[in-house]
Formats: sequence, structure tokens, C-alpha cells
Amino acid sequence: MISVSRLSKIYRTDGSETLALDDVSFKVGKGEFVAIMGPSGSGKSTLMHILGALDTPTSGTYTLDGEEISKLTDDELAKIRNQKIGFVFQSYNLLPRTSALKNVMLPMVYAGIPKEKRREVAEKFLKDVGLGDRINHLSNQLSGGQQQRVAIARALVMDPSIILADEPTGNLASAQSEEIMAIFQKLHKDGRTILMITHEPEIAKYAKRTIRLRDGKIVN
Amino acid sequence: MDFQELIASSFEALGLNKTRTALATLGIIIGIAAVITLISLGQASQKAVESQIQALGSNLLTVISGSFRPGDFRSASGTATTLTLEDAKSILSSGKVTGVKNVSAEIQRREAATAGRKSANTAVVGVLPSYKAVRNVTMESGVFISESDNASLAKVAVLGPTTASDLFGDTASAAGKSIRINKISFTVIGVTQSKGGAGFGGNQDDTILIPLSTAQKQLFGVTYVGSVSIEVADAKQMDAVRDQIGYLLISRHKISDPANADFTIFSQQDVLSTISQVTGTFTALLSGIAAISLLVGGIGIMNIMLVTVVERTREIGLRKALGATKRAVVSQFLIESVILTIAGGLLGMILGTVLSFVISKLINLPFVLNLGSIALAIGVSGGIGILFGWYPARKAANLQPIEALRYE
Repeated sequence: MISVSRLSKIYRTDGSETLALDDVSFKVGKGEFVAIMGPSGSGKSTLMHILGALDTPTSGTYTLDGEEISKLTDDELAKIRNQKIGFVFQSYNLLPRTSALKNVMLPMVYAGIPKEKRREVAEKFLKDVGLGDRINHLSNQLSGGQQQRVAIARALVMDPSIILADEPTGNLASAQSEEIMAIFQKLHKDGRTILMITHEPEIAKYAKRTIRLRDGKIVN
Repeated sequence: MDFQELIASSFEALGLNKTRTALATLGIIIGIAAVITLISLGQASQKAVESQIQALGSNLLTVISGSFRPGDFRSASGTATTLTLEDAKSILSSGKVTGVKNVSAEIQRREAATAGRKSANTAVVGVLPSYKAVRNVTMESGVFISESDNASLAKVAVLGPTTASDLFGDTASAAGKSIRINKISFTVIGVTQSKGGAGFGGNQDDTILIPLSTAQKQLFGVTYVGSVSIEVADAKQMDAVRDQIGYLLISRHKISDPANADFTIFSQQDVLSTISQVTGTFTALLSGIAAISLLVGGIGIMNIMLVTVVERTREIGLRKALGATKRAVVSQFLIESVILTIAGGLLGMILGTVLSFVISKLINLPFVLNLGSIALAIGVSGGIGILFGWYPARKAANLQPIEALRYE
């Protein structure tokens, strides 16, 4: 499913070079639930961005569903992000003053799915995350946990190959964190592939496998 | 990415900050309104001048004393005193000039006329009876000046409808009453019908016509005439008649070199084209100034869109993360700026139309609504939206999704 081979990322700023990822290789199979852990500055965000097709590596290859992602153009990357990757961010990243339904429909808008279909699919996933009664609430009228559930529904509507979660409980109180993790567990049971970045060991425990990063290298 | 969705979301985005949206649009509204108003008033004044000159008669040649050529003012036209009533009579009677139907001679000055306690400062014109035919004058009431009035230096006056209402309140009751011009009492014998049109070049409805002889001897104390009007029988012969009159007057005035002629002959067509040229230049100049305000409005739109792009950096990052292509982001921001400018264009068009209607009523011009200039205004405003929205939209589309998502 995911194959990362000898991946390196070097940031150049004002003549100085920072090696954010150093020769990272690993594989993630279909249906796995993997946590990526590491202290800040360990390169886990950089890895997440490359896996999410938001950034390209300096060297090495990244293959998703048999497709080499490292060398694609901006618009091809946009299509990969749209079709194959479902993002869940720490700060939810919903469109402000926009209804839950519209937020969830957004990826389908870019995929060119017709309006009726968009609505139907978005409603279904909002029901799945327990927000069937709040589809017309504006994003800023929802609690943090509810907003994150909208974000999860949004990550699922395009039926992506992988779900990338970046500190999905980082902004939430513990009760809400558990609700969110329960949803991830259910998704895992349904056979979805999940990669989750976290620095909290309690959250990482939900995953079945952990990749630890330190100074841009895997240290398992 | 469907278009309908883009437009709907653009409206939503613009609705989020209504004050800013309104202010951004205001620049375009003012620009478009100014362009439409000026173009339509320019055309209206041109039309007014044309209809006024048509009302004078298109077969009309006018001789004025003094020479006038473009760029060469030897003596101010109309102020020289070389043209006489005998010149006018010879044009009609001389065998050297053919095809002349009627000749009239006039002298004109602005004088204050009073009737009871009312007064009007108006053009007092001394005319011959033939003036009625030459200038297509029709009477609303009473009679026109006759040969015997002119021969006997009668103190009679024919009023234009505007002057009649100024002095007597209405046009119907003027006939038979008396007015005073320069302390001399005149009896009103008739009121002419309105010729309409005004604005530039003097109002033909705001005049007092008196016999030429009375004007020369009693009122102004002069022996010359200001102008001679000639009605040509056939419009095709205008140029030939003009030449014949020229030669006649040159020999009568004993001028050896035609370049030194002390008179000028012009047709209504000459006046028409000169005035059209002047109003056209004036309209173009004013429209140019209005176009600058449009440009400033466009820069205002660009400014607002740039601020919007910065403010919505995170949103753009998110949209790109969810699969928006550069094209989708460019379209979104371009559509927003085009909606702003087209809305501004439409409102400006309404405002401009209302303004030009009100102004044309106020200064008594015909109201001309030019569909071409309206289409132009909408097209131009849409074009401005694309032109000035392009740079901010490109800027938004080129944001890197990670940078944009990190932006706080």
C-alpha cells in the first residue's frame, strides 16, 4: 500500500541546510493502523507532509497504491490528495462560518461529483460520526470534538486509500479525545489504513504499530 | 469543480465582510456612473445642437461681418460693421446670384426687457419680415412683423415663448400688451412657437424680435447689420450660391484679394460639424477623466483582493490539501473579483442612467440612453475584475499548501 524508500528531505534557508528526514524507509500494508511518534523537530511533520502529497522529498521514493508520488506535478499532487488521502488536522481546519454539510462536501466539489450525490454521501458520513442532527450547524457553532468529527467525515467522503491524522486529539480534552479515538478504532476495524502522528503515548497505544523518529531517522 | 458551486461560494465569501465588499464596489460604481453620465450627456448636447440647427433650416447660409478662419482671428467675428442692409438686398436682386429664395438681415444685442415689474435679459433681434420664412418661424399667436412695420419704424415686438412666459407668466396673454426695452415702449404683436432644444449656442425661444429699421435707428443707433441669412432654394446648390454671394460681396466691398474678405459665409452644416467636433472632443476628454476613476476603482479591487488572499491563506491551504488545483483556486478568486466589479458596473449603470436623466432634465437637454455605452460599461467592469483580480488570484493559487496550512 505505502512504500517509502530511502526518503530524505533537506530544507535550505539562507545558505544553511537542515536535514529533516534522513534515509527513511518503511512499508505500511492495507488496513494497518500506524502511529508515528517522535519529539518535536524529529521530522514527523515533514514525513506527514510527504506522505500527504503536500510536499515532495529531496531524494528517495514514495509509492502509494503502486503509484510513484515523488515526481508528480502540482496538479497531479492535488488530484492524489483529493482522491487517495483523507486528512485530519490537529486544528480541524474547517471552513469558518460554513455548515458541517458544506465542509464535508468540499472534497467532492473538487472531484466534480454532482450536487445531489455530494449531499447524499456527506449526510451519510456525518451520520456515521454521530452528527446526523447537526449537518446544518455552522462550524463555529460546534464544539472542538464535534468539529474534529466533521473533519473525519470530510476525510472519508472520497473513500481514500489512507487516512492521515496529524495530532488529531492535540486540541481536545480527554473525554473528547476518547470519542475521537473510538471513531479511529472503528475505522480501523472497517479495514481502513490509518497513519497517525502523535507525541502522546496514550494515544499511540490505539495504533497497532508505532514508527519512532528521532533527528530525521527511524529509531525502532 | 462546477461553476455554479464556485459562484455560490464566491457570494458567500463576499457576504462575510459586507462593509468591505460595498466599499470595494463603490470605486467601480462611481467610475462606471461617471462614464455613462458623461457619455450620455455629451451625446444629448450634440443631439440638442443638431436639432436646434435643423430647426433653423438646412438650406440656410449665413453671412457675418468680419473674417474668421480656424486659427486666424483677424477681427472677432460679428463685431465688424461692414455688412449693410444694401448688401442683403443686392444678394436677392443681383443677377450674379441665382437660386436664392429669401434673404433676411438681422442685428442682435442683449438687452433688458421689462413688462410691469417683471424683467428679462434677453436677445433683442432686429429682423426683416423675410426672417419668418428664412428661419422657419411659426406663430403660436398673433402676427409676425410686416413690411409696413419695418417701413414705419413701428415699435412692435414678437416674443419667443420663453421670453413671453418670463414677462407675462404665460404665452397666451402676451399679444397686445406692451413691454419696455431700453426705456422705449413696444407693443407685443405675436408669440412664436417653441423650437425646443437649448443648451449650447443660444436659445431660439428666448428672444425678442423687432423690425430691423426700428432696431437700427431707434434702439441701437447703428447703420450696419450683424448678419445676413439666405435661404437657398435647393440644398444641392448651397456651395454654388455661397461662391456667388462671396464674389458679389467682395466686389461690393471693393476688396481685391479674396483672402482679405471682411465677411464670412457659413452654412448650418459648417456650424453643425464644428459644434459636433467640439462637443465630441469635450465628451472624450470628460470620459477619459471618468475612465481614470474606473482605473482607480480597479486598483481598489486589487487591493481588497490581495488583503483577502492574505486573510484566507489558511483556507486556501486547506482547499489545496483537499484537492483544489491551481486552476480551481484561480477561478475562485477571479470570480470573486469579477462579481465585485460586475455588481459595481450594474449599480454604476443604474446610477449613471438616473444621473444623466436628472441632469438632462435640469439643463433641458434631450435624454439619450446609449445602449452601447451600457454594454461597454458592463464589459469594461468585468474586464477590470479579470485584470485586477488576476494578480491576487495567481498569488493565492501559488501558495504552497503546507505553508498556507501553517499560517496563523
